[in-house]
Amino acid sequence: MLPEIGQFAMILALLLAATQAFFGIAGAWKGNSRWMSAVYPAVAGQFVMLALAFGCLVWSFVHNDFSVRMVAGHSNTALPIYFRVAATWGNHEGSLLFWVFVLSTWTVAVAALSGSLPRAFCGRVLGVLGILSFGFLLFSLATSNPFARLQPAPADGIDLNPVLQDFGLTIHPPMLYVGYVGCSVAFAFACAAMLEGKLDQTWARWTRPWTTVAWMFLTVGVALGSWWAYYELGWGGWWAWDPVENSILMPWLLCTALIHSLAVTDKRGLFKSWTLLLAIMTFSFCLLATFMVRSGVLVSVHSFASDPARGVFILAFLALVIGGALTLYVWRAPLLRSQAGFDLTSRESFLLFNNILLVIATAVVFGGTLGPFIADSLGLGTLSIGAPYFNPTFLLPMLPLMALVSIGVFSRWKRGGLGDSRRRVLGSLLLAVVIGLALIVGVYGDRSLLGPIGVVLGVWIVIASLVDPLDRLRRGLSLSPAILGMTLAHIGLGVLTVGVTTMETRMLERDVALRPGEQVQLGAYTFTFEGVRDVEGPNYSAKQATVAVAHQGKPLATMLPERRNYWVQQTSLAEAALGVGWRRDLLVTMGEDLGNGAWSLRVQVRPLMRYVWLGAALMAFGGLLSTIDRRYRRRVESTEAQTTSQPQQGQPA
Amino acid sequence: MTPRRKRIYLVLGVVAGVGIAAALALQAFRSNVMFYFDPTQVTAGEVTKGERFRLGGMVEVGSVKRQPGSLEVQFLVTDFKHQVPVRYTGVLPDLFKENSGVVAHGRLDADGTFVADEVLAKHDENYMPPEVTRSLKKGESRLGQGT
Repeated sequence: MLPEIGQFAMILALLLAATQAFFGIAGAWKGNSRWMSAVYPAVAGQFVMLALAFGCLVWSFVHNDFSVRMVAGHSNTALPIYFRVAATWGNHEGSLLFWVFVLSTWTVAVAALSGSLPRAFCGRVLGVLGILSFGFLLFSLATSNPFARLQPAPADGIDLNPVLQDFGLTIHPPMLYVGYVGCSVAFAFACAAMLEGKLDQTWARWTRPWTTVAWMFLTVGVALGSWWAYYELGWGGWWAWDPVENSILMPWLLCTALIHSLAVTDKRGLFKSWTLLLAIMTFSFCLLATFMVRSGVLVSVHSFASDPARGVFILAFLALVIGGALTLYVWRAPLLRSQAGFDLTSRESFLLFNNILLVIATAVVFGGTLGPFIADSLGLGTLSIGAPYFNPTFLLPMLPLMALVSIGVFSRWKRGGLGDSRRRVLGSLLLAVVIGLALIVGVYGDRSLLGPIGVVLGVWIVIASLVDPLDRLRRGLSLSPAILGMTLAHIGLGVLTVGVTTMETRMLERDVALRPGEQVQLGAYTFTFEGVRDVEGPNYSAKQATVAVAHQGKPLATMLPERRNYWVQQTSLAEAALGVGWRRDLLVTMGEDLGNGAWSLRVQVRPLMRYVWLGAALMAFGGLLSTIDRRYRRRVESTEAQTTSQPQQGQPA
Repeated sequence: MTPRRKRIYLVLGVVAGVGIAAALALQAFRSNVMFYFDPTQVTAGEVTKGERFRLGGMVEVGSVKRQPGSLEVQFLVTDFKHQVPVRYTGVLPDLFKENSGVVAHGRLDADGTFVADEVLAKHDENYMPPEVTRSLKKGESRLGQGT
């Protein structure tokens, strides 16, 4: 009964989405305020319906209703209850319903918090969001109904894919989806501005907090995905340039460009059409990511569902949304000219370069991800490209970007020449060189080229970002959340860079065959294999190895990697043992029984791995902090005049 | 400098930068591409000597052999028409199984053994990498034409 209620609720939500889209856009176009008032009940009703539908689905999973095809295919009575809840979005149909549910939640938030926005503009924003919701609901109902029944119902389900039975994966997709869908708000604001034919600094100020929050969720989503791959896939891979990972990275890069470009539009009223284009592209890449992951086009651990009919539908939807938005852009963007000029070494220029480099980085990733598919469809052979392509080409735009961040934070709006800050730029660079080299050469003994460059650039960002806030504190000025947030996010970038560089250039890894009592030496660490015993989990049995680790002869820890055998799907899966710390992560993964009592083990020492996650966390927290700044909450009537007046140094960008 | 000229320099600089980046990316792309071959193509000698490539197919039943206690493992990759022997030293992936799909990266040595430096057993829910599915299908249709 409940699944049918859920499906009925989805159909009602579809109708409400259509209502919302029509009355929002047509109401604003006609200037009919009664039509525009009809949008709000539609938004609320849609939210209630989708919450009901999603609730029904979760209920079916929790209560093991195997007459629902999805539950039978992705759950099992032996599955612990929290994984049964997580299984709701661990599959194609459920994740789509979740996508729309998140979209509806964002829509409610926009409707509730946009009281200060002009009614017509708000109607258009909600109308565009309604179109998106309508498209996704139609897709869900037409090609991937989560409530489809299975007759006769099996006695038990096929179980959730064992690699998904993990805490990281229970929260990674929700974060990512909230981020993707958050970008739809920026997209809707952009479309509304184009429909209106008017885009001023007030528009940028409305859009900024929404975009930053979306960016924050994207950051957390990317980091969680990487973290999950790192410890759950078991082999220490934290970034494999897998097509699915790339599809997440691209919207993140573009969204990063967008929040910087929005800063210029907000502060100086420049880059208007560029900002619009970025908003469109960011959301397009979010849609593309959904398409790439969910259509089964990609070969990767993530493609749990593959059905070409879905691919065609998403592709058509993608073409419609992106094509429509770009047509609107070509038609309307010429109306939105920026007037003011700026100097070649002003903050505007630095942010422009930031945008260019981020877009180049996106293009590089895009080429590497879609190149093989294009070559394949043109009949040029089945080929693949991996890290040897991505690493150098991605660093090419990223290294100059790092340097520009450190110089750029000293620059001033409008005026060039860095002024008095020139000495600070050089000073911070000098300090960064000393600290960076001391760290990477002194501590880790790295004499390669890339290691020192990366670490110095990372340290430089940290130092350079600190100078201005410290200076403000010294002069007794207050630090606004916006400045604090920006500083934290930039420091996060620096920390991330230092972590990634040190880890990638100085990590140690070995595959070994060990008998009980034998040991292997890796740097200063000795791993002693003490034996294997049988253990049992709720839905698996496992061989658990005991590996004692000693640092320079002193006992440090006992690590317990497992090789699990999940009963239902009969899959064997390695569960790595991690010894995490502020200086390094230790990783031991069990391979297989080699006979003669020997086991294959992979042991790894990854210096500063934790700083990769710390950096990402700082960035996300910085983003969150900057959105609570008071200037975004101020009620603004006519701001064109008051914001152009004082472009000054040290304003948050 | 007039603002106009400044803008020209800026645009020129950006265009040059993007151009160089595109050229380098294309170069990296071309030199790092790895092509995919199935056992039939390898047996037919379609692979250039010494070229690194990806070999895909099924792990032949009963072909996985290893020296007891050592990391070195040997197995046959088959498309049910031809087989290629593969040698690999290291930990095999979780999903590596006899009679299931596999993709290996490496080179052919002098006596025709494929020396793998990476073995992947990533696949969809049907336990089959798509390239392998395709080349098996291709094999079937070739077989169909032959008989």
